[in-house]
Amino acid sequence: MNTDYRLEMIGITKDYSENRVLDNVELKVGKGEIHALMGENGAGKSTLMNILFGMPVIHNTGGFKGTIKIDGQEVKIDSPQKALELGIGMVHQEFMLIPGFTVTENIKVGREITTPTVASKIFGHSLESLDREAMQKDARKALDTIGLNIDENDKVGGMPVGYMQFIEIAREIDKTGIRLLIFDEPTAVLTESEADRLLDAMRVIAAQDISIIFITHRLDEVISVTNSMTVLRDGQYVGRVETKDTTAETIAQMMIGRAVQKLVDKTEETRTINESDVMLKLRNFEVDMPGEMVKGVDLDVRRGEILGIGGLAGQGKIGIGGGIMGLYETRGTVELDGKVLDLSKLGTALKNGIGFVSEDRKGVGLLLEESIEENIVFSAMQINNGFLKNFGITKQFDKKATREHAEKMIKSLDIRCTGPTQPVGALSGGNQQKVCVARALALNPKLLIVSEPTRGIDIGAKKLVLELLAQLNKEQGMTVVIISSELNELRSVADRIAIITEGQVAGILSPDDSDAKFGLLMSGM
Amino acid sequence: MKEKFKRFVQVVGLPRLIIGSLFIIVLIAASAYKLDMAALFTNILRRYGMWGILVLAMVPGIQCGIGPNFGISLGIVCGLLGALLSIEFGFTGFMAFIFAVIFAGIIASLVGAAYGWFLNKVKGSEMTVSTYIGFASIAVMNIFWASAPFQNGEIKWPIGGTGVRTTVSLESSFKGVLDTFMEIHIGGTVVPTGLILFFFLMCAVVWVFLNSKTGKAMKAAGANPVFATASGINVDRMRILGTAISTALAGIGIVAYASAYGFLQMYNAPMQMGFQCVAAVFIGGASTSDAKISHVLIGTLLFHGLLVVALPVANKLLAGTDLSDIMRMIVQNAIIIYAITKSKGGSVRAE
Repeated sequence: MNTDYRLEMIGITKDYSENRVLDNVELKVGKGEIHALMGENGAGKSTLMNILFGMPVIHNTGGFKGTIKIDGQEVKIDSPQKALELGIGMVHQEFMLIPGFTVTENIKVGREITTPTVASKIFGHSLESLDREAMQKDARKALDTIGLNIDENDKVGGMPVGYMQFIEIAREIDKTGIRLLIFDEPTAVLTESEADRLLDAMRVIAAQDISIIFITHRLDEVISVTNSMTVLRDGQYVGRVETKDTTAETIAQMMIGRAVQKLVDKTEETRTINESDVMLKLRNFEVDMPGEMVKGVDLDVRRGEILGIGGLAGQGKIGIGGGIMGLYETRGTVELDGKVLDLSKLGTALKNGIGFVSEDRKGVGLLLEESIEENIVFSAMQINNGFLKNFGITKQFDKKATREHAEKMIKSLDIRCTGPTQPVGALSGGNQQKVCVARALALNPKLLIVSEPTRGIDIGAKKLVLELLAQLNKEQGMTVVIISSELNELRSVADRIAIITEGQVAGILSPDDSDAKFGLLMSGM
Repeated sequence: MKEKFKRFVQVVGLPRLIIGSLFIIVLIAASAYKLDMAALFTNILRRYGMWGILVLAMVPGIQCGIGPNFGISLGIVCGLLGALLSIEFGFTGFMAFIFAVIFAGIIASLVGAAYGWFLNKVKGSEMTVSTYIGFASIAVMNIFWASAPFQNGEIKWPIGGTGVRTTVSLESSFKGVLDTFMEIHIGGTVVPTGLILFFFLMCAVVWVFLNSKTGKAMKAAGANPVFATASGINVDRMRILGTAISTALAGIGIVAYASAYGFLQMYNAPMQMGFQCVAAVFIGGASTSDAKISHVLIGTLLFHGLLVVALPVANKLLAGTDLSDIMRMIVQNAIIIYAITKSKGGSVRAE
């Protein structure tokens, strides 16, 4: 049985400094098999693939533990070059094609077929001339294999995305001795019919005894095309199952995991939330945020509740926050307390009492070189004319009031720092996040939208930030929307959780609903 | 000890350390050669006041995000135009200066706003574009100067010509109005109090602006455009504002410069001024993304002080050569290159 595997990765463990991202993970792929690698964002899929591909990022950070076998032979992959020699190919999510080159040239780039010339005999190999005919024949053969009917002499630039994906694949299978092909979310950018054709092409390739590792989060595709799958969760190996022996529910359950550890202790319910008292109403809301497109969301936020918005990365949940704040172009309507907001005007949401903590702390959330106090009061100063002293012709920055307020916030939010004048760039992630929250709070918002509040901060700080949000909600009656990729944290604090899939609300669940329900909604089934 | 020294270099910044030591060395050399120190100090102070506002013009540009404004020649030609208009209308003495400043300020802020609008179209390559805008504005204005219908005899070519002279004397209008205001004599050194006070006044005005709501918004727009947008700030408008203020300061700066110098230098004379201002503010500790008024105060003194003292010293050292101007070119261009390669700037900031 052992020798039947094309690829075996056994006992793979990888740490990034202190952080264990893979813990004794196993991946076995049979010959000519289509094998799905499943897991949520951050489950460790990319790290595992980086290891298999010998990417420098792995070896620059201290390498990994475990063994890799190809066709039963133990191998050492320490560079992408080595991986290529072993017949491992990769179809990238972002296309690595040269627009000005023809299809043939793109397929053959770096592996051109050449014939010697006079010049090359004197000056060496690089001056040999190209054997275009042979190259075209090869390209044609590869294109035919996957059933792509385009002229191999056309330029790649301007072709539909679907074609480019197929050209990538053609380039990989044209490589001689290819044994294992990795597809990294190949269908994410394709239309439905293109995706179907891609799955057909995968079957054709697999039939030629090339093994395929298929990374995707679309459960329906996995069920229809794969033979078996490996599921990872939080860097842990959950299991390997044969597709025919399992159901979508089981897979979803495996991906999400069973035990929900509540990050925040439940306290006694003192709030009364009126279901019909809607504070924020989104209707057919669309946001053009690159990579996080929102395509028609209908969502109600009730006064006084904590609404969680979850879903996988790239599905559009992040875009909702950015869209409401006017950072991206939007369509559809946003109503706050019955008033339609004109989001095309900058700062509309802020002026109407919506506070926002961005998911991109360093990029959007903070002025890294400025002091804690200036960061905290900045929005309040710009939007509400707070912390300004009026001198008639000029409104001057009020240092004293700022200092007092900053010191109060540092105390109440427990921001660990040397003082209010310390630049925020010098703070740890958790403390930076608290500064972001403090900045939003300085506006006295009635609605607080927090995007990925715990991204990149350690577990202790996570708990503090979530507790802070729960406390604001409970004690000050602030309505809170938390957008997060971490289901666990949403289930810890939210009253309801909306799952966003493919830019739309797939469903709204209670935090106590089963894992399978969450998993299925997130996988678009 | 070694650690302490490293820390010291970090805090002061390498460029300031080198230029500062060089400045002190030439000062010592000057006294060793028994040069007239009083006259040298007079010159340092005068040059400090002359260049100060032009260097100050860098601050709003860098803070609003367009980077070091190599194109201040655009503001300078506006300032020259303002000064010419003041003379043309027949103002004299202090009034001539006041009106020159007003005209310069108005013309330069309007032109600066248009220039800012244009720089918004070329985000990411402002430094290159502004350099060439600076050159181009000189060339365009050369045509204008040569054909401008000024009637005042101080301005146009003598004996029936049209167009502006290459140098316009300010003897009959506002030469020295600032220098002589509250002039103080300490030994042989003359302190041009009015000139320096006017420079400080401009610094104070800019400081007040930078500490206002709009000033803070402008700085945020420059430091982190996405952050500013998320706080409801129109980043493009802030950049236009910063560019306009920078250009206006250049216009006012050249009027103050000319009043102390005694002449308006027309045509190609302002061509290289932008580079000297950029170099000065960089020596003061600014970077391509951050500049403070303190950088202007320190940088102007170090850069122009060095140039003033280096000239006579170099002439003593190697008589008959133009070593001092060569040195100016080396220092000026080296510091610009250094600052551009160092995105973090001369002094270390907590990171």
